[in-house]
Amino acid sequence: MRFDVLAAMNGERAARRACVLVTEMPGGDQRFVKAADLASDPLAEILEASLRTGKSGMVEHEGRSYFLTVQAPPARLIVIGAVHITQALAPMARVAGFDLTIIDPRTAFATLERFPDVTLIADWPQEIIPTLGLDRYTAVACFTHDPKIDDPGIEAALSAECFYVGALGSRKTHGNRVQRLKEKGFSDEQIARIKAPIGVDIGAVSPAEIAVSVLAEIVLSLRKKPLRADAPQRAGAAA
Amino acid sequence: MLATDENILARAEDWRKAGKGVAIATVTETWGSAPRPVGSHLVIDEDGHFLGSVSGGCVEGEVVSEAMDTIADGKPRILEFGVADEAAWRVGLSCGGRIRVYVEKVV
Repeated sequence: MRFDVLAAMNGERAARRACVLVTEMPGGDQRFVKAADLASDPLAEILEASLRTGKSGMVEHEGRSYFLTVQAPPARLIVIGAVHITQALAPMARVAGFDLTIIDPRTAFATLERFPDVTLIADWPQEIIPTLGLDRYTAVACFTHDPKIDDPGIEAALSAECFYVGALGSRKTHGNRVQRLKEKGFSDEQIARIKAPIGVDIGAVSPAEIAVSVLAEIVLSLRKKPLRADAPQRAGAAA
Repeated sequence: MLATDENILARAEDWRKAGKGVAIATVTETWGSAPRPVGSHLVIDEDGHFLGSVSGGCVEGEVVSEAMDTIADGKPRILEFGVADEAAWRVGLSCGGRIRVYVEKVV
């Protein structure tokens, strides 16, 4: 591997940008492809598929073998609302390998006693989110029901094409939310990406069960769907 | 602390910047129950320091020694380990799996 390629891979990772190192086997010829340049690569389709799963591996193309070192940024989860569901979700998300950040401006909710060992920020999402650099490898789940707190998170997540945008609330609550987002200029396609009511329909009742359904939906969005999810949202919900 | 892939490759970059000869070993294929997934890295410097893993510790010694040769001659190597190997009694995988490892020099 050339040193400049190694340095570039480390740079892309630090910047939370995906890339693939293509090594022809057994010869060892290499090229380094940044996510932004994928489309023009001869292996574009294969590389895009590999980035979606985030898995390295051998591939065949036109009689040649290549090893793809796939470097996708680690998936992270930003939760708006330090509520009861979040208390259950935090340890589950950590076990599942998500880098978790919780934001809630209400200091009665955002306490270290309720959330030990988690990145917890007691401030307004609109103040904090711009500093976090949302991207396609970030999931955002909003649990407060309060438009003042949830909406800035949802808007930022849609604009950044986060792979998952979920919002708690009844169909009526979501209807009002859709209206507000439309007035702010979000397209129907963008709004359709919001998972609402939130969670895979497993009949969840308790906060912990809802946390399971939300985490399952996040994993589903990460692993099974294109990152620019254009699939219609599924019916069914937890809350 | 567990070394993540992130700081493994960052360490390789640091070693090279410090003027050391460096090799990167990568698991390219696995069969059966292999302990580390495809894409796992082990990085090695010319003094035999290493970080990361390509197995559960069973074959790292052999990979490090091959990596020293790669650092010396610049030639990439493809290594295979498994219970069916001649070398199995020396550096076999106790899990019964089989892995292929690509070793390359950072140039």
